[in-house]
Amino acid sequence: MTAITTATTDTLASVRFGRTLPRRRIRTALATHPLAAAGAFYLLALMLAAAGASVIAPADPEQQDLARALDGPSGSHWLGTDRLGRDVLSRLLFGARVTLFDVAVATVVFLAVGVPLGIAAGYRGGWLDRGVVRLADLVLAVPGIVVLLMVVAVFPGNDAATMVALGILGCPGLLRIVRGSTMAIRGELYVKAARLSGLRTPAILRRHVLPRISGPIIVQTSLFCAMALLAESGLSFLGLTRPESQGPSWGNMVGEASNAMSQDPWLLVPTGAALIATVMAFGLVGDAVRDSAMSRGATAPPLFPKRPRHQVADEARQQPGNGVVPVLSVQGLKVTIGGTTVVQDVSFDVPPGKAIGIVGESGCGKSVTARAILGLLPAGGTVTAGQVVFDGTDLTALSDKELNRVRGPGIAFISQDPASSLDPTFTIGSQLREVIRRHHPQSRHEAQRLLRLVRLPDPDAVLRRRPAELSGGMAQRVCIAMALAAKPKLLIADEPTTALDVTVQAEILALLRDLQHRLGMAVLLITHDWGVLADECERAVVMYAGEVVETAGVDQLCAQPRHPYTAALLAANPHRARTGQPLPSIPGAVPKPGEWPTGCHFQSRCPIVQPACGNGPIALTRVASGHLSRCIRTEELVKR
Amino acid sequence: MIRATGRWLASSIALLFAVTVLTFVLSALAPGDAAKAMLSGQTTSYTPEQYQQLRHELGIDQPLPAQYWHWLDGLLHGSLGTDLFSGQPITQALNGRLGASLSIIVGTVILSALVGVAVGVFSAVRGGLPGKLVNAVSLLGLAAPNFWLSLVLVELLAVRYAVFPATGYTAFGEDPLGWLRSLALPVIALSAGGSAFIARQTRDAMADVLSRDFIVSLRAYGLPLRSIIFKHALRNAAIPVVTLLGLLFVGLLGGTVLIETVFAIPGLGQQAVAASSTHNLPMIEGVAFYFAVIVIIVNLLVDLSYGWLNPKVRKP
Repeated sequence: MTAITTATTDTLASVRFGRTLPRRRIRTALATHPLAAAGAFYLLALMLAAAGASVIAPADPEQQDLARALDGPSGSHWLGTDRLGRDVLSRLLFGARVTLFDVAVATVVFLAVGVPLGIAAGYRGGWLDRGVVRLADLVLAVPGIVVLLMVVAVFPGNDAATMVALGILGCPGLLRIVRGSTMAIRGELYVKAARLSGLRTPAILRRHVLPRISGPIIVQTSLFCAMALLAESGLSFLGLTRPESQGPSWGNMVGEASNAMSQDPWLLVPTGAALIATVMAFGLVGDAVRDSAMSRGATAPPLFPKRPRHQVADEARQQPGNGVVPVLSVQGLKVTIGGTTVVQDVSFDVPPGKAIGIVGESGCGKSVTARAILGLLPAGGTVTAGQVVFDGTDLTALSDKELNRVRGPGIAFISQDPASSLDPTFTIGSQLREVIRRHHPQSRHEAQRLLRLVRLPDPDAVLRRRPAELSGGMAQRVCIAMALAAKPKLLIADEPTTALDVTVQAEILALLRDLQHRLGMAVLLITHDWGVLADECERAVVMYAGEVVETAGVDQLCAQPRHPYTAALLAANPHRARTGQPLPSIPGAVPKPGEWPTGCHFQSRCPIVQPACGNGPIALTRVASGHLSRCIRTEELVKR
Repeated sequence: MIRATGRWLASSIALLFAVTVLTFVLSALAPGDAAKAMLSGQTTSYTPEQYQQLRHELGIDQPLPAQYWHWLDGLLHGSLGTDLFSGQPITQALNGRLGASLSIIVGTVILSALVGVAVGVFSAVRGGLPGKLVNAVSLLGLAAPNFWLSLVLVELLAVRYAVFPATGYTAFGEDPLGWLRSLALPVIALSAGGSAFIARQTRDAMADVLSRDFIVSLRAYGLPLRSIIFKHALRNAAIPVVTLLGLLFVGLLGGTVLIETVFAIPGLGQQAVAASSTHNLPMIEGVAFYFAVIVIIVNLLVDLSYGWLNPKVRKP
């Protein structure tokens, strides 16, 4: 009877169904889920067999043959005989009639009560909604078995009454889901428009609401059918409904099998198999419809895949020596997510103790690059080519465990949204101390010291709070403190100020700059703000549509960009806008991964595009000392 | 705090009221009554006078509201009436049976939580083929009717290999080891569905939490995967799982009815079946009341756990 409750847990899942028609939805769900299709086919066949039981059953289900009692499966009795020598297969077929009929009665009640009440509550709202929901909660809390037993006592021999009660007991879950979905749809523009244009409520419900909520209804109904089947056969097993004297049902056949168990346990097999297969078939169909609506489930990639081991290239250890050995060197990095290339041919170095910036519009692959360096790509993402050499080791060749030793003391990370980067359920102190313990087991008072380092007043009070009780600025300071706990050599800051107030932004940046100098860390700063870049960084890497398009010293880059994208990005810098003029912007949008053009990725938005730009991949070439650009027309750019 | 307590009290009383009124109304609809049931149990023939006399003695000749009022009055004095047949006070009869039922239910909840959470976490973290396999097995666990599964377990583990007793219940006070052994089969039979139920919810909740931003941050701070999965992700995924454990507990009240009958365990469920077939209304009232109180206590514990699991979110 536990299944009564499954209904409620799928509430959230069910609101997200699209607007496709129910019939088509079932068809697509079945097409992509072969097991569910088998289940649906089985159910259909079962219903036909039950309906035609009197025609296809090999024997009369009540015909006894004591001489052949408890015979195992044989040619004349495919599934054997019971204690009175009755044919089990025939009894199963006739029993299916009874059992499926009972389930159908319960399901009709379930739908007839749950759907209209749910729609009414969700569509009307107000007191009706409150009353219905209160009632549904009450029914959900009432121990259903007591009601069923009472109904059995009150209406002896009236099995339909018990099934009606079962339907009513099951419907609160459906009711709440229908109500929730109806409320969501009711608020949508096209439904409002239909109302305003004078369409009557019944018509709106029929045309706009019902098709949309049919998905969750199908899911809930299939789960309810599974539950009702188990409940019905349980009651019949106890002899409370459908007693054996009134002919076979699946439940009383299990009861009969239990009586014969000491002599021959075989009878448990066909009855159990029939019940399990039918419940599973209902469950599979429901799951498939739900999965196809959420596009989750079987196809979802594992969250923590085993990292494939790359061949470690020997060159990785020998840096092209031009003076300083960089603390981080990314070479020819290529990242795919779910088979689509999102970052390719990304190379840059971060010298020790220096700050390097990555700039570009949203969707250019900046964050993916940062996460690829840390080996923390989202589900389905892998580094398919290139190296990430940190301190002489290629990180892409490490196992996750080995890489985890680099995270923290080697490379630390702070993200753009501090509020969602802390575990909401633990106090700051608990989280910070856990990170500290991981790296410096003996340190006491280290938490307070770190919070003072990031200039948080009253560290003790902060340690006692939970993330939700901090402002964005404070949360980011805490994140920085946690990142610094292991004294990293390199800090990757992914737009650390984007989510903060303007006044707080400057403080956080000043803090980062100060810490960088005091602790001698290298910083890889991802930003889209030229002002921040100019203030913080010595060199910058400009990324566009998954590629590095230009790298140079920041001063050089601002004074004389050698890639039209950099130039356009600089021109669109709001800091340079003149009062009274419209804010300059780059027309068009960044092409999405998978839609990149052949040749230069920027060609569709470039003011100096030529036919040659689309011919083939363009290499990152040196245009001046320490200045690289991925453009075949850099000369033109200088002349202009 | 005071408001929350007040709200909890109000909803608890509403539930108790609804359950007891419902049972009273349903019993009034029943053909025949307790007097008839008692008389036909004692003698083969009885006079209408005898019948009326007994009705009067039992107080069931009064109008229903008066009967209910009488029952409520008794409740306030700690009495739920007496068993029509044995004359034993209902509270005494049911208290004696509470231990067996609660042992089965609590045992099943614990086993389902352990197995379900372990399997759910594994399937969320590993995904791929193991995840699919877990999915299929859990569906099988959900689909197998618990009364059928108990018969199979009895056949395998009691009859064929006498590992556990086939039927009966040994109280903990008598023999703790015997108590464990007598619980094994009923608990396993109920836990198949229970743990599958919990496993699926744990998997979904864990998959959801593991895709959130703070997991990436915690990994970037170098915390070991063990801590991230079992400490941080699991605590964040716990609320829906604990909610379901509460629902499982309540659902198991129904499960015990079948299981106690199969294993001949003297619990509340077995009493409920017996009472409903003999029209023993005070007893049915009593079981309904006990079940409702259990539901209220479980819901309270679940609510309290929310505050501890996630202080930010007081409501799921």
